[in-house]
Amino acid sequence: MIEANDITVRFGTAEALRGINLTLSPGQRLGIVGESGSGKSMLGLSLMGMLPDAAGMSGQIRIDGTDMTGAKIASWRAIRARKVAMIFQEPLAALNPLRRVGNTVMEPLRQHLGHSKDAARARVLQLFEETGIQDPVAKFRQFPHELSGGQRQRVLISLALACNPKVLIADEPTTALDAHVALRITDLLVRLAEERGMALVFISHDLAAVARTAQDIAVMYGGEIVERGPVHAVLSSPHHPYTQGLLLARPALGAGHLRERLPVIPGTVPAMRDLAVGCRFSGRCAVELPHCATERPASRPVGAHHDAACHRIGAAT
Amino acid sequence: MQVILLRRTMGFVLTLIAVSVIVFAVMNVLPGDPAITILGIDSTEDARAALRAELGLDRPVWLRYLDWVWHAAQGDFGTSYFFRVPVTELITERLPLTLSLALAGMTVTVVVGITLGMIAAARHGTFGDWAIMLFSQMGIAVPAFWLSILLVLLFAVGLRWLPPGGFPGWDEPLLAARSLILPTTALALVQSAVLARVTRSSALEVMRLDFVRTARATGLSRWRVLRRHILPNALVPIVTIVGMQVAAVVTGTIVIENVFYLPGLGRLIFQSIANRDLFTVQALVVLFAAIVVTANFLVDIAYVLIDPRLKGRMT
Amino acid sequence: MRAHRAINLWLGAALVLPMIAIAAISLIWTPYDVTLLDVGNKFAPPSPSHWLGTDQLGRDVASLLMSASVNSLTVAFVAVGMGGSLGVMLGLLASAFGGWVETLVMRLADLGFAFPALLFAIMLATAFGPSLSNAILAIAFINIPVFARVARGAANQVWTRDFVLAGQAAGLGRARLTFDHILPNIAAPIIVQATIEFAVAILAEAALSYLGLGAQPPLPSWGRMLSEAQTLMYLAPELAIYPGLCIIIAVLGFGLLGDGLRDVTDPRLKQVRA
Repeated sequence: MIEANDITVRFGTAEALRGINLTLSPGQRLGIVGESGSGKSMLGLSLMGMLPDAAGMSGQIRIDGTDMTGAKIASWRAIRARKVAMIFQEPLAALNPLRRVGNTVMEPLRQHLGHSKDAARARVLQLFEETGIQDPVAKFRQFPHELSGGQRQRVLISLALACNPKVLIADEPTTALDAHVALRITDLLVRLAEERGMALVFISHDLAAVARTAQDIAVMYGGEIVERGPVHAVLSSPHHPYTQGLLLARPALGAGHLRERLPVIPGTVPAMRDLAVGCRFSGRCAVELPHCATERPASRPVGAHHDAACHRIGAAT
Repeated sequence: MQVILLRRTMGFVLTLIAVSVIVFAVMNVLPGDPAITILGIDSTEDARAALRAELGLDRPVWLRYLDWVWHAAQGDFGTSYFFRVPVTELITERLPLTLSLALAGMTVTVVVGITLGMIAAARHGTFGDWAIMLFSQMGIAVPAFWLSILLVLLFAVGLRWLPPGGFPGWDEPLLAARSLILPTTALALVQSAVLARVTRSSALEVMRLDFVRTARATGLSRWRVLRRHILPNALVPIVTIVGMQVAAVVTGTIVIENVFYLPGLGRLIFQSIANRDLFTVQALVVLFAAIVVTANFLVDIAYVLIDPRLKGRMT
Repeated sequence: MRAHRAINLWLGAALVLPMIAIAAISLIWTPYDVTLLDVGNKFAPPSPSHWLGTDQLGRDVASLLMSASVNSLTVAFVAVGMGGSLGVMLGLLASAFGGWVETLVMRLADLGFAFPALLFAIMLATAFGPSLSNAILAIAFINIPVFARVARGAANQVWTRDFVLAGQAAGLGRARLTFDHILPNIAAPIIVQATIEFAVAILAEAALSYLGLGAQPPLPSWGRMLSEAQTLMYLAPELAIYPGLCIIIAVLGFGLLGDGLRDVTDPRLKQVRA
């Protein structure tokens, strides 16, 4: 579905993404985790051709057989909604406040698929049904501010699914929602991906949400994928020191009310231009080697379909 | 919704009444004796007394006000002392010209202003944006009457394409339209410059919002995103300014008609000032102020129509 | 972004300061006496003796423009000063008392917007005859609601600040607080608005004088020079150019200065200008 090779995104001299490789097969669900500033949202936008004007991108991208390397904006527009679609974090802000939500979802159907008004309307009601919106006919005529957070996100999912895309990129789709609503949305995304054979890129800073949604997981730091593999493998035996830190920082499920002080990764994500030339994590890493700051670690297999990019791997530990 | 409309309408009517009180007070009460205003200081006391009796100026002030408002509400503004015909007749004769000029001016303002503003926003940071903003900055500083003179110098005196002024009457629609081209341009150019500025900054603010990203992610064309998603959301400040511009354009016609010697209401005001035709000026001032107040009222209503979120909240 | 802000400020100052200097100079010296008629030398082209030539009565155009700048600046200063102080006082009053006082003042301010300066000048001209003082009154009047709104909006914010609350807690009266604490803290937006309204006033004075509702002969005024030049357009078109350029420089200058001051003092303070 998606084949991305050596994707690098620069803002002037600063690198927001460095050498990202990514493949996605039909129906595959990939979770991307990282702190804010790790480049995970930038990666999502680059797969939509929606990077800011100031960004320079290099590398090859193929989407559903179409080569999008260096594609013009018009070519990207032609595949958005029809091949790749995206949903965003804040569902209220992501919906045009002046439009009835039904009309918002109808727009791509009318524009891209040339549906008649009636056909588009029928299709929207069907999509609302599919995404679990109660009473679709009434909701069709409502404005975003009249819906609940979960309903708004379902509307956005309907909008993204309108033209039957092959890939859905969900950027923090549950962060702005209440915990129980968030669970239902993640389950909905899994169900839709399975039913439609649609690939899903689930971007989140929340390891639990990713574990629930994805089959595979990619951990990002400083604009790079530092570790990737099947969810259970990465979570049970993390190889990259950053992944290990992330897992430790997470409160253990069922730990009860007696919550110990969480061991956190020291420091914060440095600004883009202050990142080390070598391993992006050097400076914050607890097990850093002398050459980490200057030499870039290659990605090495550490298990079945499980890779990590760390100088410690393979070296004497 | 109905409650809001009702309250707004009541406020509107109260404002109109207040406007009429102010106009009456400034023009009829403050100067002291309307008979002197009409006849001049060098008039004899006998003539003044006769006029007071003729026009009922010897009655108490409040009674004269009520009498004036009561008749004005029915479209009767009294008789012009100079022309000796009903003021309403003077107004209805000249209204079509002023109205056409104002409507044409407003249409050009809105179309040119919003288009330029949206183009500038879409091409933000480019040469086109810069050029439009330069035009806008200049336009705000250029007095409309001076622009008129420049246009006349260029297109009438220099190139001789268009008449320098005057109006041939409606019997010749083409000639009539031709004689309104320069006045409309002078009236609209300055206002469209203002509107372009507001449209641009409002659109730039909307462009940063998330739903614009959603619309782009849906694969909609740039033009469609601009027109169907950004513009409607940028409309509230635009409508505010357009409301203020209705006032500016309508009073602008007074100036422009005098620059181009167009026989509309604006000319009538100045003739009547020269003729000390108190009732005519009074009627016209109230009329213009009422148009301004009505424009503001319509803007208030328009907000609710534009933004469904305001329906529940406005009080 | 910062550089862009500074440009407005400096450009405005570069236009405004020389104009003020020229106006000041013209009070004590102009190349020629503006009341001096020299009909034998009318419509003279620009020359070393008459930089911008002479008008239909042989008067020196450069001298006329210089003297007229005094008129423009004085009218703007007096009108904005009068209307502005009254408006600020009303705004402070509204903010200090709140409740029905505030509602009443703001409703009156709304009402004031129903009368553009031109309509007000027309009323005054009909009632009292056209004169420069009536034009000043009309321009002053439209400034009252503008400043009342700005002052009230800014003052309402200051009233919620800690040092004012502390003053209230210490038992200081509203009047005392208003003059000691509120007024100094709303000075910045008031000055910004005054600069912008200065530009508006210069434009309004020119328009009113052009229409015969402002400066009366023989007082030199850019607006009146334009209306005289209009009748001579076929004979001496250049006479219609110079006064207009002066108006633009003044309006643009004060407008840019106001924008620049606003950007420097508070970039969030956005007052719509139409």
